[in-house]
Amino acid sequence: MNRPNPYLNDHWHVVAGNEAVASGQPFRTVLFDVPIIIQRLADGLRVTAALAPEKPLPVLERYGFIWTSLGTPMPLFEIPEYDEADRRNMNAGSLGVAVSAPRAIENFLDMGHFPYVHTDILGAEPHTEVKEYDVEVSAERGEVLATRCRFFQPRAATSSAGGQEVEYVYRVPHPYCSVLYKSCPSDENRRDVIAIFCQPVGEERIVAHMLQSLIDDVSTITDMRRFQQTIFGQDKPILENQYPKKLPLDPRAETPIRADKSAIAYRRWLSQMGVNYGVIPLVPRVADV
Amino acid sequence: MITLYDFELSGNCYKPRLLMSILGLTYETVPVDFYPGREHKSEAFLKLNPFGELPVLVDDGLVLRDSQAILIYLASKYDKTGQWYPLSDPAVLAEIAIWHDFANRITATASAARLGLSMFYDVDIEAAQAGAHQLFRLLDEHLWFGEREGRDWLCAPSHPTTADIACFPYVALSEEAGVPRQDYPAIRRWLDRVKRIPGFTVMSGVFPAGPAIEA
Ligand SMILES: N[C@@H](CCC(=O)N[C@@H](CS)C(=O)NCC(=O)O)C(=O)O
Ligand SMILES: [Fe+2]
Repeated sequence: MNRPNPYLNDHWHVVAGNEAVASGQPFRTVLFDVPIIIQRLADGLRVTAALAPEKPLPVLERYGFIWTSLGTPMPLFEIPEYDEADRRNMNAGSLGVAVSAPRAIENFLDMGHFPYVHTDILGAEPHTEVKEYDVEVSAERGEVLATRCRFFQPRAATSSAGGQEVEYVYRVPHPYCSVLYKSCPSDENRRDVIAIFCQPVGEERIVAHMLQSLIDDVSTITDMRRFQQTIFGQDKPILENQYPKKLPLDPRAETPIRADKSAIAYRRWLSQMGVNYGVIPLVPRVADV
Repeated sequence: MITLYDFELSGNCYKPRLLMSILGLTYETVPVDFYPGREHKSEAFLKLNPFGELPVLVDDGLVLRDSQAILIYLASKYDKTGQWYPLSDPAVLAEIAIWHDFANRITATASAARLGLSMFYDVDIEAAQAGAHQLFRLLDEHLWFGEREGRDWLCAPSHPTTADIACFPYVALSEEAGVPRQDYPAIRRWLDRVKRIPGFTVMSGVFPAGPAIEA
């Protein structure tokens, strides 16, 4: 069985939504092919590998989700906006998807599919062009950043009154997590925050945990969840039909039309960090030869 | 005004949405936080439907549960063509009842496997998938022989009925249940025919028909 390299292993990984784990009811899930158990006890959360119940794993509750690690986790990335008092923070759902984590991140970064997959919501013909944008990779901060991404959207959010040109910033602050900031229909000076945290169940299966941190004092949580689930429900069959399910890191593996600028940067960054799980590495693994 | 208590990712909720779109009915949606909120098990919702299931349709003070019952009601009351649920044809009504029951069996297998895989319902996923394949084999044969006899739909009439609406969603979503359809060519052709019904609408996870291929 392929094991994550130390860089990947020494991260916090999401394993459940806060509310999925009730006290008195052990919650079972899987991380990197390792079955784990999460319990909410009187003195806090306890996470263990199912096969080593006496040895607690590190645990963190943040952004409405529970995180653990099979290694020695470096600090979790910051989303400072999450703590702003007037934001509506919600878990928009934790959905099982038959895809690798890097494929799901790459789809999250891709604006090109909006008019075709999220027709009349996040895009519409003839507004299909992905305009020029900027990408930078900060290896020491461990983050890919795409800025000045613009796209015409018929219905950018639950709170939208009509179509608008929307500006996005995408962060990839973790090999399996991405955070986007998009123009907020109800306040032009602020940005809505939507994040996808991928739990690697196996190399080709994830739980996609979705966070929304929105400026919207009108819509109900149910409405705002429904909006995001409608979008993700459209992506799901696309993700599950990706072939190969693992993300190829060889730049020649797939045509540059599909792997656009931010995807190329993301793949290169994964390669540099030696990420080896959920991907087809540039240098074949000895076991694969 | 018709009101539908609805969850976007539910195939059973999609059935009334689909029929109402085809019939050109306007209705109001009350979103229910089925997942992750489990709102359909809340005290307030259980007052509406003690079974704790979606969908629920309210019309003129009448509260209905069960997607097939809702289809029967909507077609009988609002379909001016009288084709979707032909009240004056006992043989067809009986046929439709058979396929409405079949639709519930699809819910118990294909939909259960999908809920197990995507929303972590406690189901025996492999057993549910095997059950779905058994049903799909029967459905494919029925449709394949139908095509030989010039029958395009699940029941005898030359037009679709509520039976086709009831069986469509979880067959169309079966890939998400880990139940691929490559061995069921007649099912694939039938899905495309349903997608070309005037007024057809999609849900998340179901794609519109591709361009028609002339035979
Ligand atoms: N026979 C019913 C079945 C409805 C049903 O199973 N609904 C699902 C949603 S698609 C549900 O509410 N299940 C309750 C649960 O699984 O918690 C129908 O056709 O409407
Ligand atoms: Fe998408």
